Amino acid sequence: MKRLPFSPWHLVLAPLALLFALPLIWLLVSSVMRNAEINRFPPALIPSGINLGGYRFVLGNALFPRWFLNSFIVSAVAVTANLVFGSLGGYAFARMRFAGSKLLLGLMLATMVIPFQLTMIPTFLVMKDLGLIDTLGALIVPSLVTPFSVFLFRQFFVTLPRELEEAAWIDGCGRLRILVSVVLPLARPALSTVAVLTFLSTWNDLTWPLIAINHDSNYTLQLGLTTFQGQHHTQWAAVMAGNVITVLPVLLGFLLAQKAFIRSLASTGLKG
Amino acid sequence: MASVVGTFTIDPRARRAEAKRRTKGEGPTAWAFVSPSVLIILGLSIVPVLWSLLLSFQSNDLVSPSQWVGFANYKALSADPAFKSAVGHTLVYTALYVPLSVVGGLGIALMLDRQIRFISIYRTLVFVPFVVSAAAQGVLFSFVLDPEFGAANSLLHKLGLPAQGFFSDPGQALYLLVAISLWSGTGFCVIVYLAALQGVPGELVEAARIDGAGRSGVLRHVVLPTLTPVSVFLVLFQTINALQVFDLVFVTTKGGPLGSTTVIVYFIWEKAFKTFTAGYSAAAAYALAVALLLAGLALQLYQRRRTGKAAR
Repeated sequence: MKRLPFSPWHLVLAPLALLFALPLIWLLVSSVMRNAEINRFPPALIPSGINLGGYRFVLGNALFPRWFLNSFIVSAVAVTANLVFGSLGGYAFARMRFAGSKLLLGLMLATMVIPFQLTMIPTFLVMKDLGLIDTLGALIVPSLVTPFSVFLFRQFFVTLPRELEEAAWIDGCGRLRILVSVVLPLARPALSTVAVLTFLSTWNDLTWPLIAINHDSNYTLQLGLTTFQGQHHTQWAAVMAGNVITVLPVLLGFLLAQKAFIRSLASTGLKG
Repeated sequence: MASVVGTFTIDPRARRAEAKRRTKGEGPTAWAFVSPSVLIILGLSIVPVLWSLLLSFQSNDLVSPSQWVGFANYKALSADPAFKSAVGHTLVYTALYVPLSVVGGLGIALMLDRQIRFISIYRTLVFVPFVVSAAAQGVLFSFVLDPEFGAANSLLHKLGLPAQGFFSDPGQALYLLVAISLWSGTGFCVIVYLAALQGVPGELVEAARIDGAGRSGVLRHVVLPTLTPVSVFLVLFQTINALQVFDLVFVTTKGGPLGSTTVIVYFIWEKAFKTFTAGYSAAAAYALAVALLLAGLALQLYQRRRTGKAAR
């Protein structure tokens, strides 16, 4: 048998990879189709050209840019807050001694196994009492800090050698100063892991916005997308254009920071 | 004493004593550091968990004052055919999704664990669906699988095959959900396995080779045993995810057609926020939580027994 000029593995791997990519390719392709091409039977599989009508429709819609902004605000606040509160809490648990610290850490860890469904109704009632239901506040408050962020920072800080902090310590720096100017600059892997995972979970969340938000001007992109689908059932190109815009920030983030992204996800698996 | 300590002559003992002196009385600072996380995390988990337990013994519509009904919610739940079928659908979904994604993930990871051209492109393509939200997946596949306008039926038509009902067919909908979840969720298992494969000790593989082990022998006796902790983690992680599936169902089928895709979490959501029987919903949520807890415990016991055996 003649030897192939390339590894035979390509014959298996290329179709396999294509299979995973195909739905996303189809998402892109259909977002630039004309509605006429989609609505005929059987629908076209290859567009006659690039038609930006769907994108124009979506971006010209009064609500869609608003949903994007809402999603962006909620995710940005969640990422920032998780970095700040997570690193503060994680540092205290890793390096400082205070009464009840072990018990508190244990309790925090225990909350990680509580399924969201168990807390969602009372959380809804709490948010209602705070007057936050149907505002972005209802989305922001529960995502300000997760036990996972605190725990991840703690695990990372514990592995740092104490000597690094000691010089600053002896020079009379306070804990906050040490955290900000000595510890955090060394904690880039932990910072990027928490940022990536927080962004992914807040940007992609649907369940909680579905419960906490009523009025469509307060929708997030994910929530808007699901109602958009019903309202514009014949305008599939527009729905797909909206879908592309929803997926794009995560996809771009992933392609730009692939290494950090994969490392953070793999580390959640390996340390579990 | 601190004033005597020069830059070049720090006695480690003095240093430690100094550090100890300073850590005393750090309580208030420490509390300032942890209080935002403690307040938010415990406030929004421990309190709601207990509240939920109370709710499950009450009749509550989220608006008017609730009434104590004892175990009535649980009793009604155990007799509710809708809940029974939701449990059944969830179990079918879990029983298909977990093994297929973990074993498939392992197989794909083993194939991708080699240095050939374009390998990083292949890895990226397999993983990318994982970062797509369930809502976006649902909208995309509702379109692809639309019986009239979808690409899937268009393709079947070209191949001369009969058109399918897809999500409108009660016999297909649940399996389609499993397939979509496999498309997006297998990549996660692949990435975790790929990372773990880096940790397989090369000396062990070499030693096995020298002892005459073939490729399958090395896989069975060296690679798979090293991957066991990762596999256990993935089974647990995927099971927890599968038992809680909701977003994809909500976007694609809303539990239909004919209730064929009503899973437990959809049932819980429907009871609380659509029919406003929050107490009943809380009871169902507690039933799910207990199931999750048991699944976690069983797996941990199994793991402990295995490592115990290995130690002996």
